[in-house]
Amino acid sequence: MTPRKDTVGRKTTSIPVGPQHPALKEPESFTFEIDGETIVDVIPRLGYVHRGIEKAMESRTYIQNLYLAERICGICSHSHTTCYAQGVEELLDVKIPDRANFIRVIIAELERIHSHMLWLGVAAHEIGFDTLFMHSWLDRELVMDLLELISGNRVNYAMNTIGGVRRNISDDGGQKVKDSLADVEERMKHYVEVIKTDQSIRQRTKNIGPLNCTPAADLCAAGPTLRASGIARDVRKDDPYAAYGEIPFDVISYDGCDLFSRTLVRCEEILEAIKITDYAIDNLPEGAIRVRAARKVPEGRVVSRLEAPRGELIHYCKSNGTDTPERYKVRAPTLANVLALGNMLIGGNVADIPIVLAGIDPCFSCMDRMAFVDTKSDKRWTWTQEDLQRYALKC
Amino acid sequence: MGILKWSRSKSPWLIHFNTGGCNGCDIELLAALTPKYDVERFGIVLEGSPRHADVMAVTGPVTRQVRKRLRRIYDQMPEPKFVVAIGSCALTGAPFGDCYNVLGGTEKQIPVDVYVPGCPPRPEAIIDGIAKLLGKMESSDDDDGE
Repeated sequence: MTPRKDTVGRKTTSIPVGPQHPALKEPESFTFEIDGETIVDVIPRLGYVHRGIEKAMESRTYIQNLYLAERICGICSHSHTTCYAQGVEELLDVKIPDRANFIRVIIAELERIHSHMLWLGVAAHEIGFDTLFMHSWLDRELVMDLLELISGNRVNYAMNTIGGVRRNISDDGGQKVKDSLADVEERMKHYVEVIKTDQSIRQRTKNIGPLNCTPAADLCAAGPTLRASGIARDVRKDDPYAAYGEIPFDVISYDGCDLFSRTLVRCEEILEAIKITDYAIDNLPEGAIRVRAARKVPEGRVVSRLEAPRGELIHYCKSNGTDTPERYKVRAPTLANVLALGNMLIGGNVADIPIVLAGIDPCFSCMDRMAFVDTKSDKRWTWTQEDLQRYALKC
Repeated sequence: MGILKWSRSKSPWLIHFNTGGCNGCDIELLAALTPKYDVERFGIVLEGSPRHADVMAVTGPVTRQVRKRLRRIYDQMPEPKFVVAIGSCALTGAPFGDCYNVLGGTEKQIPVDVYVPGCPPRPEAIIDGIAKLLGKMESSDDDDGE
């Protein structure tokens, strides 16, 4: 730790966290300026996962890019391909069959369920509640089995193609999804009950990581982070894509503006996602699942957006009449939320760093589209998660 | 078999480092640690600090930014150390192999003992890879002073 002075002359101490830090799971580095127990500043240093996907997309064909877009992020892989395919379909002026739209919704919602359950487990782990971590990951396997049943894959589903989807859902498969989701629903209701009543969860999350409504809107927070600050904004409702316009569902929002609300928003979104999936399976239209699309895309520009599990995902594509895009740009939800992290952390306790960081459900592999340069990169020692947790438990 | 070697192969501690991957392998590695697959029955525990770890599980292609950190974390691990490269990216760089910010697979930076291919590999494949590593640990001829 190196003592230094902050902008108003107080003596502060820097604690670097990351890039290797299991609380983050991904290589990303934050420097915390602390005064005693209180965090006075946080400097994120991004770019460790920057691979150069946007540039790589410019040298691959539209079909090849589908698989590259899938690998922007392993957790929200379906969101990225849907966003990509939607954009290219708009440029091609292709209307995809209704059944394909419904199948896209089913996979998207299953993905949301598994992503939020994954988050619940990680968050529980960060507050030292490993039992809930293990339980939630065990139940998550039910959803992973369903995704495997439908797509043949557990993580990169490869369901989307330009002009529709690649695999159909049989009546039998649909029934299995519904049966299994009924079990997940029952478990989730139990977890919501546990989260609402358990004292240790309440103490570690109530009024922790505050993000009020105004700064949340000003800093363009997205997804569950925004909805936990009392702003019910959801692309599925505000600008319906795929089949969301035809499916009734509620946008979950809480106005606690803290981690407790973020947890509840995600848990109840799982319940809502189960309802959406059930409805989509019951009302799955008959017909083809894909239409043929041209390989060459006419000149044009398109912005495509959708609600990924972590928030609003935006893809931009500029085509020039060939079979490769001229420019591609991705704005992932974590990049929108990372700015709000400063607000949540400053004034908080050092012991709450891991859970507040986990609270926005960061996905840095999505985010690192652009590289930030840190001008103060003098190396200091790094706290491991062990150290932080030991410290957290001591406090 | 010496007691150190015996204890190491009965309970290897794992450190996980993502060198720029998409998270796909990371969630599968975590899934392998949770109840359905449960590698803890082999005594495998996920550790936070490289100084406590015997095995480094690397996922993702090595990006330019992360290269120094990977080397540093590897150097911080006590001897003897083992490396498992998980997923196609960690093996060769896979779809990101020709990206300007990617240096390719893990083996170009640090020595790798076990390769687990797949995009991402299933938890079963990861367990198989780690079990192969345990065999390698037991049969390795380093004598730890017994």
